Amino acid sequence: MNLEFSPEEIAFRDEVRAFIRDNYPKELVGLGNREDLTREQFLAWHKILGKKGWSAPAWPKKYGGTGWTSTQRYIWSEENARVDALMPLPFGISMVGPVIYTFGNEEQKAKHLPGILAGDVWWAQGYSEPGAGSDLASLKTTAVRDGDHYVINGQKTWTTLAQHADWGFFLCRTDPSAKAQEGISFILVDMKTPGIEVRPIKLIDGTHEVNETWLTDVRVPVENLVGKENEGWTYAKFLLAHERSGIAGVARSKRGVERLRSIASQETLDGTPLIKTDEFARKISQLEIDLTALEFTELRTLASEAAGKGPGPESSILKIKGTEIQQRLTELTLEAVGNYGAPYARGMDHFGSNEIGVGPDYSNFSADAYFNMRKTSIYGGSNEIQRNIISKMILGL
Amino acid sequence: MDFNFTEEQTMIRDSLARLIKDQYDFDTRRKVVASKEGWRPEMWAQFAELGLLAAPFSEEDGGLGGGPIDAMVVMEEFGKGLVVEPFLQTVVLAGGFLKAGTSAQKEDHLAALISGERVFAFAYAEPKGRYNLADLETTATKDGSGWKISGHKAVVIGAPWASHLIVTARTSGGRRDAKGVGVFIVAKDAKGVTTRDYPTVDGRRASEVYFENVTVGADAVIGDPSDSLGLVEKVTDEAIAALCAEACGAMKVANAQTVEYSKTRKQFGTPIGKFQVLQHRMADMFIEHEQSVSMTYMATLKLGEDDVTRKKAASAAKVRIGQGGRFIGQQSIQIHGGMGMTDELAIGHYFKRLTMIDSEFGNVDHHLKRYTELSAAEVAVAAE
Ligand SMILES: Cc1cc2nc3c(=O)[nH]c(=O)nc-3n(C[C@H](O)[C@H](O)[C@H](O)COP(=O)(O)OP(=O)(O)OC[C@H]3O[C@@H](n4cnc5c(N)ncnc54)[C@H](O)[C@@H]3O)c2cc1C
Ligand SMILES: Cc1cc2nc3c(=O)[nH]c(=O)nc-3n(C[C@H](O)[C@H](O)[C@H](O)COP(=O)(O)OP(=O)(O)OC[C@H]3O[C@@H](n4cnc5c(N)ncnc54)[C@H](O)[C@@H]3O)c2cc1C
Repeated sequence: MNLEFSPEEIAFRDEVRAFIRDNYPKELVGLGNREDLTREQFLAWHKILGKKGWSAPAWPKKYGGTGWTSTQRYIWSEENARVDALMPLPFGISMVGPVIYTFGNEEQKAKHLPGILAGDVWWAQGYSEPGAGSDLASLKTTAVRDGDHYVINGQKTWTTLAQHADWGFFLCRTDPSAKAQEGISFILVDMKTPGIEVRPIKLIDGTHEVNETWLTDVRVPVENLVGKENEGWTYAKFLLAHERSGIAGVARSKRGVERLRSIASQETLDGTPLIKTDEFARKISQLEIDLTALEFTELRTLASEAAGKGPGPESSILKIKGTEIQQRLTELTLEAVGNYGAPYARGMDHFGSNEIGVGPDYSNFSADAYFNMRKTSIYGGSNEIQRNIISKMILGL
Repeated sequence: MDFNFTEEQTMIRDSLARLIKDQYDFDTRRKVVASKEGWRPEMWAQFAELGLLAAPFSEEDGGLGGGPIDAMVVMEEFGKGLVVEPFLQTVVLAGGFLKAGTSAQKEDHLAALISGERVFAFAYAEPKGRYNLADLETTATKDGSGWKISGHKAVVIGAPWASHLIVTARTSGGRRDAKGVGVFIVAKDAKGVTTRDYPTVDGRRASEVYFENVTVGADAVIGDPSDSLGLVEKVTDEAIAALCAEACGAMKVANAQTVEYSKTRKQFGTPIGKFQVLQHRMADMFIEHEQSVSMTYMATLKLGEDDVTRKKAASAAKVRIGQGGRFIGQQSIQIHGGMGMTDELAIGHYFKRLTMIDSEFGNVDHHLKRYTELSAAEVAVAAE
């Protein structure tokens, strides 16, 4: 056991730091935590990384990964978080990509992996349905074989940013007679196929982040089936475990703590910077202590992954603690800004003003961020479900 | 001891509940909040007609002879309906100050307030003052027989709808001194008053209000212009009690909607309300609401007591309500799952309102500190 970076690792850190400094798009600075960006904004950094060959550090080298060690990957996310970089979205790189290179055939790899790496193709995750949330296996969308096509019918929901998506990966029932987890298939769908309708859902912070996705007689070539028919649940679970480990967001939360400290140094209570008051300083310390515990838990997890174990039920710890910390960060930021948490920056343009926000810049969107972050304990398997997983899979209850 | 409501209070509650049910359903509210005006003056007129605006005032002042309990009843119903109209700002705050005003001020302003003609907002917070009511950079300087006011007031809730502002300003002393705080009535259309109006995250409207050498007469002063912090604290404590009542109303509906949702939403072949972890969560939400109601009654009933008792009661209530409101708000979203995150369902709007109530007139930290300081002062006195 050893915490020090080696000279090579330090050289690596300097290299990536310089690369980020020289290449991170100036126009994205300060947008790292927003949900309401354009497709171009979301993809800008991804595309630059794609050209450099750095968009998918976790992938095996032969599929386009970087071949970095887990320490290098750790350094990479730290360095990106330092500038609050808008990282590649998870749907291609962290979700469908690993499913395709693990379970897909050669044609699928050749067809889809390059677009994912380059940031040219936007993917959406079509898992949840109105009736199938936590109980994902109760999903009802069907794919019926018709010659060399599947005909898909059903409704997906909460499809994140599907308004921008080129492709989606969908869980569909291919054997209606099988019991819940069996009879599900993992199918790749071109979002331009006739019969797909994406309808916006407005969230409590006013953003259009998720959608309903309706599928009516959508004809998809059978070659878009990943792996074997009726075995999609295995792939879906594989993906969920990957999704969960990415969700800890340690590097980003560290940056969030720094930002909170900076806000708390500018805000004052009776003339004293908030950060110099015992109450608030201790709250930040507590948060940072919790974050340190999470960080070292994640490092231990990464080490055991590097030793050949895939993400196991322990990744539920990362999901629970990571999201609680992200939520707490926005909660404390909202507390810190005081009265200026109230103005609704996103609503100003409907109000005859194109000047965004009142109060200090850092106060804009602080309430919206707090509202929005409530999603993190709901999605990716709710935190109740994660605790069920720990109880069942680890504690044997 | 008596925790019962009078016949009048019950009548107010019932007629207001009916009005909200008939004319303030969630979809209507959504439209109103999104409209250009952001409120309904005609709803205000109905409130006046129902006697809500007169309820807490004595008969000599032209009211119906009620008091803070009547305001509590109204505010709780407003909380249930997520009502945006500025009852707190106009009736509780401005009304609270005007009660301490001269008979001329009462004849002029209080009469117009009760009839629904004049709507007020309370311009007290400042960009750097956080929740300290004495932390004032806005100044009022003597100008002949009257005063000249200059400064910037932050996030003045309801100001876009108001015809008049109640303004706190420093008349002497240093920033944050207890002495030297004055209270003034300023017509919003007075020369030198400018506003920047905007919506708030919980569906209200607010303004940044700028005063540039605004001159007002001697008749604009409420109370002693050199020493009114005590009055400001008293009236804001009344507002805190009323705000707590609003929070209780919002908590009640949030809990009811969550319990109802958990009975109908099925996952794993069973209503999610059957999962014990959610049952216990909802049991805790129920406890939080009950405790909040208790604290609201306590604080409201102690508004008439000596300063220290009143302040401690108001701060204690605000702490409990801030904590309970956060818990209930967050957990109602959590138990609703993805649906809780949508703008379409009312539950998210209750969550947002409960969140913002915590920061109005001082959040949990502020009031814990105030309570602790008041207790420490009592201990010090007792030790002498
Ligand atoms: C912002 C956002 C983005 C999303 N993006 C996507 C996406 O891109 N693609 C996609 O497919 N899905 C997405 N989702 C959906 C997400 O995965 C689901 O919301 C999640 O699985 C929960 O399902 P549900 O919303 O139906 O809640 P429900 O399953 O109805 O849960 C409601 C409540 O019941 C609790 N509960 C349920 N079962 C149990 C149990 N057995 N024990 C104890 N408690 C239980 C839950 O924890 C929750 O608190 C997104 C959701 C959100 C909010
Ligand atoms: C100091 C003391 C004094 C006592 N005095 C008296 C007395 O005067 N008269 C008397 O009759 N008894 C008395 N008791 C006994 C007491 O009533 C029992 O201890 C109590 O009912 C719990 O039962 P148990 O100890 O068998 O624990 P168990 O019932 O075995 O419970 C163990 C744990 O499981 C939890 N649990 C059990 N069922 C559920 C459920 N359905 N859902 C969720 N969690 C559950 C419990 O909360 C507890 O945490 C006393 C106990 C103590 C410790």
